[in-house]
Amino acid sequence: MNAALFRSLTPSVLGILVRRGADFAAAEDAVQDALVEAVRVWPADPPRDPKGWLVTVAWRRFLDATRADASRRRREDRVDEEPAPGPAPATDDTLQLYFLCAHPSLTPSSAVALTLRAVGGLTTRQIAQACLVPEATMAQRISRAKRTVSGVRFDQPGDVATVLRVLYLVFNEGYSGDVDLAAEAIRLTRQLAAAIDHPEVAGLLALMLLHHARGASRTGPDGRLVPLAEQDRGRWDTESIAEGVEILQAALARDRLGEFQAQAAIAALHADAPTAGETDWVQIAEWYDELARLTDSPVVRLNRAVAVGEADGPRAGLAALAALDDSLPRHTAVAAYLHERDGDLATAARLYAEAAHKAPSLAERDHLTRQAARLNARRCR
Amino acid sequence: MAKYLLLKHYRGAPAAVNDVPMDQWTPEEISAHMQYMHDFAARLEKTGEFVEGQALAPEGTWVRYDGEGRPPVTDGPFAETKDLIAGWMVIDVDSHERAVELAGELSAAPGAGGKPIHEWLEVRPFFGAAPTITE
Repeated sequence: MNAALFRSLTPSVLGILVRRGADFAAAEDAVQDALVEAVRVWPADPPRDPKGWLVTVAWRRFLDATRADASRRRREDRVDEEPAPGPAPATDDTLQLYFLCAHPSLTPSSAVALTLRAVGGLTTRQIAQACLVPEATMAQRISRAKRTVSGVRFDQPGDVATVLRVLYLVFNEGYSGDVDLAAEAIRLTRQLAAAIDHPEVAGLLALMLLHHARGASRTGPDGRLVPLAEQDRGRWDTESIAEGVEILQAALARDRLGEFQAQAAIAALHADAPTAGETDWVQIAEWYDELARLTDSPVVRLNRAVAVGEADGPRAGLAALAALDDSLPRHTAVAAYLHERDGDLATAARLYAEAAHKAPSLAERDHLTRQAARLNARRCR
Repeated sequence: MAKYLLLKHYRGAPAAVNDVPMDQWTPEEISAHMQYMHDFAARLEKTGEFVEGQALAPEGTWVRYDGEGRPPVTDGPFAETKDLIAGWMVIDVDSHERAVELAGELSAAPGAGGKPIHEWLEVRPFFGAAPTITE
């Protein structure tokens, strides 16, 4: 039985049930029941319209559960009856499900979990493994999230920006166990892009594809962080890059710029350079100006300082950096890098060591410690 | 989304406000204390924020490689005191603020006289995965 087919059908079936008025949790139970039924029935008797079949069976299951009196009769009625193939249900329902799962009343971690469960069709166990928490904890997190959104009216238009933020969180959550959350986020964003015509959805999809294309080269075999300039560009996934660039260009042509498109443009310029030395830093710095205008995020301005340092020289980068709060994450690491480029190795080594102390991830800490050690070794020689 | 380790009861920390050794509590007070922590963990499991928790025995030894065949176990490199951790809890929360809030609540477990013991907890973030950033 095709698990991928089930996974792709589940959200829209669930969306249709909820739209018809089923309570979210009950709808999910009904869909699960229908899937179990499908596993049993389909091998011998494959339906002409799998989605229509699932909708019909799940809806009956829902009615069964709601009207317990009638359930036995309905089950008897259903035997051997293949549902009439209906018209292809509108993608609109899946879209509503995205909005529901990213509802602002949910905390980020709950929205991520609910999205993976309801839209992604992952099992609770898979989500728990991917997020590195016990299955019981994740089950509770998901059922709380369902309760939180159970009072939300389903036909309210949602906020696309919230949905995109949740998908980006999923993408960044990393992976473990048997689910690659980055790949899962790309799959869900593709689905969203197919359902909704919005340049920022395209921008996010392009951004994910471009980042993911370089994912394999970002860490060494020992888990060591490989900085962009040292990455083996032969290992970049050129197909993904080409697709990302194409999607981005179509989005940019719409002339409704947003932060994901701007980020994707920067990622595309990196992906486009045949060698690190040929990176178009001037254009990247310009895109960072755009991005800073769109988001006013301090992290963006920090990254902009790096780009300015490459485009106009380390002194210009340090000047841009001086305008920023030095308590920003990675501020010290950026300062270390710019000082090294400026030839002040003693300051750079000291700052690398300081940055290592503040690093938010083990891979980054080790990377920065190595940078400090490399400079110290050179100076002592 | 972000995991934190709550380390309970560091000996060496400033004294708790309600600083009465547990062996001088009444059995009911001890039960109430245990129940509070149990309820706390159960509630975090329900909110989807619990990862794990363990209590530690007070015995601890310091071990270090000291060359072939040499006994490296000592009672500790620190004079007079053993760095005692009573137990830990790992939580998975949305923000540092939430971690601090929960640690504060755990510190309010009832002690002698049924009053909060105000014990010190250390809140330490786990190293996360490197976030995807535009290089």
